[in-house]
Amino acid sequence: MSTFLLLVPFLAVVVLNLLPKRARVAAFAITFLVLALETAAAFVARFVAVDWSFLAPVERVLGFGLSLDHLGGLLLLCAGIVGMAALLVGRRTLAEASERFMFANLVLVALVGINGIAMVRDLFTLYVFVEVTAVATFILITLRHGGHAFEGAWKYVILSAVASVLMLSSVALFLLSVGGISLDEVKTALATPGTLTWVAIALFLCGLFVKGALVPFHGWLADAYTAAPAPVSVFMAGVVTKASGIFGLLRIASSCLGGALPGREILLVVGALSIVVGAFLALGQSNMKRMLAYSSVSQMGYIVLALGGDLRLGIVAAALHFFNHAISKSQLFANAAAIEERLGTLDMDKMGGIAARMPVTAGTTAVATLSIAGLPPLAGFWSKLLIVMALWNAKEYAFAAVAILASLVTLAYFLSLQRRVFFGKTLPEWAAVREAGAGLLVPAVALAAITVVLGIGFPFALRVLLGGGA
Amino acid sequence: MAIEIPQSFWLYFIFFALLLVDGLWCMLATRNLVRILIGVEILMKSVTFLLIVAGYFSGRMALAQALVITVIVIEVVVVVVVAGVILGLFRKHDSLDVENTRQMKG
Amino acid sequence: MMTALLVVLVLAALWASMTTPLLRAALALALTSAMLAVVMFSLGATLAAVIELSVCAGLISVVFVSVISLTQRRPFKEYLARRRARLRRLWPLPVVLLALGIGLSFVRAPVQIALPLPATDGDVRTVLWNLRQLDLFGQILILLAGVFGVLVLFKKEAKDGD
Repeated sequence: MSTFLLLVPFLAVVVLNLLPKRARVAAFAITFLVLALETAAAFVARFVAVDWSFLAPVERVLGFGLSLDHLGGLLLLCAGIVGMAALLVGRRTLAEASERFMFANLVLVALVGINGIAMVRDLFTLYVFVEVTAVATFILITLRHGGHAFEGAWKYVILSAVASVLMLSSVALFLLSVGGISLDEVKTALATPGTLTWVAIALFLCGLFVKGALVPFHGWLADAYTAAPAPVSVFMAGVVTKASGIFGLLRIASSCLGGALPGREILLVVGALSIVVGAFLALGQSNMKRMLAYSSVSQMGYIVLALGGDLRLGIVAAALHFFNHAISKSQLFANAAAIEERLGTLDMDKMGGIAARMPVTAGTTAVATLSIAGLPPLAGFWSKLLIVMALWNAKEYAFAAVAILASLVTLAYFLSLQRRVFFGKTLPEWAAVREAGAGLLVPAVALAAITVVLGIGFPFALRVLLGGGA
Repeated sequence: MAIEIPQSFWLYFIFFALLLVDGLWCMLATRNLVRILIGVEILMKSVTFLLIVAGYFSGRMALAQALVITVIVIEVVVVVVVAGVILGLFRKHDSLDVENTRQMKG
Repeated sequence: MMTALLVVLVLAALWASMTTPLLRAALALALTSAMLAVVMFSLGATLAAVIELSVCAGLISVVFVSVISLTQRRPFKEYLARRRARLRRLWPLPVVLLALGIGLSFVRAPVQIALPLPATDGDVRTVLWNLRQLDLFGQILILLAGVFGVLVLFKKEAKDGD
């Protein structure tokens, strides 16, 4: 089954490119189908035991180093949902057919990369699939040559290359200290770490932090998110940055589940720094996408912070926050796409009183922002609560306080966004603005609905989550 | 080749460090986009070197070579993509100055 | 002998960072790759050395030369002024490298590599094809992504004066 997840998007790319030119309009539909299958796959792994024995010869070739567990299933779910949302946004905002075709192809390639990241049991192969996803994303950012596309891509590309150097040095050091780079070997090494192992894991984590835009390596994120075309921002913010960065951390953490994570103090500090710096940087922004980008930095900090606390609860909290952020942030970027399409600008200082003209966009934005800020009974409240509890259990009271206080700053910058964009009197230049088309509203409403349903139904979901384990 | 290979890991590590510093300095001391890419390339060479040395000293040369081969393929694709981005920046600004990439505010 | 090879390697990399004309820098980079290939070959990594030589010293240099030739536009005077500023930033580099090299050689290695050698190492080809198939699949994927990259990035602009 795991090989299936790698092969299906790959074969879809092949099929897409074998289609005659006229049939290329079907590209989006095919990609959508693949993404729907991806979302379904996350559940199939858990609930249904299907007989995949006919894939045995392929399994023997590729399935060797793959295994799909619940953590991987989480990433698959996020990738599927965010991918579908990005595709719907792309259908509306990418005008040219050639752009749409390339978008579909590159999303599929990135999807194989993300599936690989979800399933590999080896540090080097993780690096390979992270690079696959990264390269596909570089190209996605520059899909439209206009605007600041290349500036946004440049910083990401160069910092990504530096991150690769860090991760590869780590692999070399692991070769020297452990003799191998599979997760099992790393796990045994981390149980009794020597100096070399310490340096190796630190380097690998630094590489992941650069790819995941945690402080102090967050410099590339704002430019990349802002300059990318709308559907690419949705895709990146929703799943790519998380998959390339902190998912690796989650994977390493969950495989060390026996004892405590070595160096969790560093995780606490990096997490707290990211939360605070991201939040304060978001406060001062006038470009809507830029504010959302810095907000992402801040939320990634929460996930890292969770892993610095009590590990058992911390991983569940981190996983939940991962999912919530994927849903809410991609929805916010979809809303930004709607606003950009109707208003022609993302400068929040120029906006005002849009709520009357675009009620659905306003409503869904409110849901997502309140969820990320951690208001009950939305989904974000539960993940923030779990994070604070994980820190409390580990007696990290100071960091728990930072987490709670930062929520206030989060609320502040999001309220600032709401006030500037939606509330107040409708400015004369926006008097004729209509609500965004169905193409952009459907993903926003669907994602907001997930946030609300998860928030209200969470106690039930928690039983399922904890029953399955991390 | 029948040359004498010193058995001290530290010697190789020193040369790795020298290559690393050279690559980083090259990246930071220039305003030309192509030269930044050259700096990145030197960094990749240094890490390729470290991987082979690690393979030599851990006795796992086959594994190290397999890893290096994959790294080289990835390196090529990344260089091609960066070159494409440089080209895009040049076409937009008619210059290879890295200051053009710092224009987004905030 | 090996030490001499390594010194030449670093010198080539130094030349690549410091030389002014971009084409010469690209050439120096190719030379660095070639030297690295020689070093790798001497350490016993024959297959990897061959690929490093042909791909890095060959293919990547072709990419560099094409990009450099497509982006040459600056008038020569500006060139010289920039050169002075750049060399001012760069001249400490050889000094730093020399100091670093000598300094580090006096430091006692802080780590001992006490790893038990494996029973059999195996052949690269066996490892690559039997153990690291996922990496091979990854290579195919990234080459695919590279193809899309070329299609997207190197697309001829309709209004380009070229």
